[in-house]
Amino acid sequence: MNMCIDRRFFLAGVTALASTGCARRSADVEMWAMGNEAAALPELLRMLNTDSKLPSVSVQPLPWTSAHEKLLTGFAGGALPAMSQVGNSWIAELAAIGAIEPVPEAQSDLLSDQFEAVIDTCRIGGKIWAVPWYVDTRVQFYRRDLFARAGYNAPPPRWDDWKAALHKVKRVAGEGNYAVLMPVNEYEHLITLALSAKAGMLNEAGTHGAFSEPNFLQALAFYKSLFDEGLAPLASSTQISNVWSEFARGYFSVYPSGPWTIGDMKKRLPAEFQKRWGTVPNPGPDGIGSAAPGGSSLVVFRGAANSGAAWNVVNALLGSPGQAALQKLTGDMPARKASWAANADTHITAFADQLENARALPKVPEWERIVSEMQVVAERMLRGQFTVKQAAAEMDSRANRLLEKRRWMVERGRAL
Amino acid sequence: MSAVGRSSEVRAGWLLSTPALAAITIFFLLPALASLGLSFTDFDIYALSDLSNLRFISLNNFAALLGNPLFWQAMGNTMWFVLLGVPLLVATSLGAALLVNARMLKWRPLWRVALFAPYVTTLVATAVVWRYLLHTRYGLINYALGSVGVGPIDWLGDPHASLPAILIFVAWKSFGYNMIIFLAALQTVPKDLTEAALIDGAGAWSRFRHVTLPAIAPAMLLVAILTVSGMFQLFAEPYVMTQGGPSQSTVTVLYFMYEEGFKWWNLGSGAAVAVILFLLIVTVTMLQLRFAKRAGAI
Repeated sequence: MNMCIDRRFFLAGVTALASTGCARRSADVEMWAMGNEAAALPELLRMLNTDSKLPSVSVQPLPWTSAHEKLLTGFAGGALPAMSQVGNSWIAELAAIGAIEPVPEAQSDLLSDQFEAVIDTCRIGGKIWAVPWYVDTRVQFYRRDLFARAGYNAPPPRWDDWKAALHKVKRVAGEGNYAVLMPVNEYEHLITLALSAKAGMLNEAGTHGAFSEPNFLQALAFYKSLFDEGLAPLASSTQISNVWSEFARGYFSVYPSGPWTIGDMKKRLPAEFQKRWGTVPNPGPDGIGSAAPGGSSLVVFRGAANSGAAWNVVNALLGSPGQAALQKLTGDMPARKASWAANADTHITAFADQLENARALPKVPEWERIVSEMQVVAERMLRGQFTVKQAAAEMDSRANRLLEKRRWMVERGRAL
Repeated sequence: MSAVGRSSEVRAGWLLSTPALAAITIFFLLPALASLGLSFTDFDIYALSDLSNLRFISLNNFAALLGNPLFWQAMGNTMWFVLLGVPLLVATSLGAALLVNARMLKWRPLWRVALFAPYVTTLVATAVVWRYLLHTRYGLINYALGSVGVGPIDWLGDPHASLPAILIFVAWKSFGYNMIIFLAALQTVPKDLTEAALIDGAGAWSRFRHVTLPAIAPAMLLVAILTVSGMFQLFAEPYVMTQGGPSQSTVTVLYFMYEEGFKWWNLGSGAAVAVILFLLIVTVTMLQLRFAKRAGAI
């Protein structure tokens, strides 16, 4: 705790963070967490600490919207806690700046019984840097009744059949309705199609864009055709004020989304509607498609004074009572496969299948910015400013511009 | 005065002003110079982990910004805020000042406190209240508009309505400060002049136009300069109300700088935005001063 006072003295800019670090002397381990998990953690830890063997943990909740900035500011100011929950897409960045270290050999048990794609998300430069805690991914939520009226049990898994089914469903749904909702300001939908087509999006070393590759072009052309053929509305998510009631109304019959939508459907739509929707994995060019593995992982920061105690907490949270309690308190899907059997929700099977077929996204710190740019270009393509090929070339040039520094780093052998 | 006396006076002067000068140097001048220096580098997360990854890139940050459509959109949004916000704020605060200065008004201190209160309340707390007021379905504002037959407006969700919505909030939040300045100036308007004008048969409008307005012109200039620089530096209101959305319609220059610097952690590029904004504000203020000099306000 002595260090803490030095930090506060030297780094006026982060006094707020440093002082929270100093104020909570009583706990052995400081932990940052976000959203639902942060709210559930105190009770979760109480449930796990029946024999009082766990170190005492003080949980500092961060809002998701500013957690990423706070982690970087905490690193810049030397005011990081011992451990934290982190979004899986931030791991590359935290590893690149040297805030975290690879998971030590002694803790490698934590990585067993996990989904391979999720582990792969945490693997950078051949080493694993974080321990997946809970997982999520995106599947299709679909209208059972409308698909049945169009002559299908569920959306077919091959792209051609899938699109043919959507045409029929659109006809069944009637005038003014569409078949699938892919808001044009959300990059996740194009990413899902690209992963399903096995597109890499960046080259192997992560130094150049690979959006002009045939696999990505195929996905981009398929994406565009959904809008051109009137299957998806050319709308952004702000224009659709209530996704659930529109889904119930039949405005669209397929909605690719994550596990949180299960709860929303149950809460926001009437009981008699509950039999009329289901979940299936995403379609792909030749059968079941792919999706990006999401979720959060746990990290112990480099140089944490009490890293031993922090790893004890990680072990408790990844044990089967810890994973079961997490599922119960938050509804999250636990990272450990063994804990899935206990979940009775029928909608969950699609997520398990999808996770087995998930593929990790490129792991470069610039990725989030690259996909934001990708979607800006994709939206312009949908509005007719670019052809598919021109759009891909534009995506490449924007990605290459963003990766300039990384190329310089790689040339000097300084990047991971 | 003897030479000894003068030198001791000089010493006392330095002694008294040194703390303030030191504080200005350490907390304002040095950081400003540092960010000027930073704007010529590519300080990013790689440099954060190891300073040897920092490169001097001369004017590349500025060139990249000029080619960035989001920067231009932020500029455009900011210009709208300035063009619409400055007249709105000056008019509101002058109106409020005239109101609370009027002699026929009862309970004047109460009015002054009530109108000044928004300025001293916490921004985030008032933003929460305003989000309710602006709510599409349950908001008081749409309820009031509905009673005169105007359909519900999606204030914070529609890219065309979001900027006016923020503007209304900003005006409500900050007119109190300008009102105090105007109020102080109004109380210096010589009463005999007003009365003389009254005797000469001047109506309320020409008394305001030819007696009050010339007397408060310097205050008007001050308020205009403060408001312009405040509007150029709008950040907290869009940050808490809309996070720059929808469709980046409320991204201001300062919000863009914040995202560049602290979301994407390109401190070099963020510093370049700050330099551009600084130059812009200086230029506009100079123009205002020249205009005011010509108009005889100072």
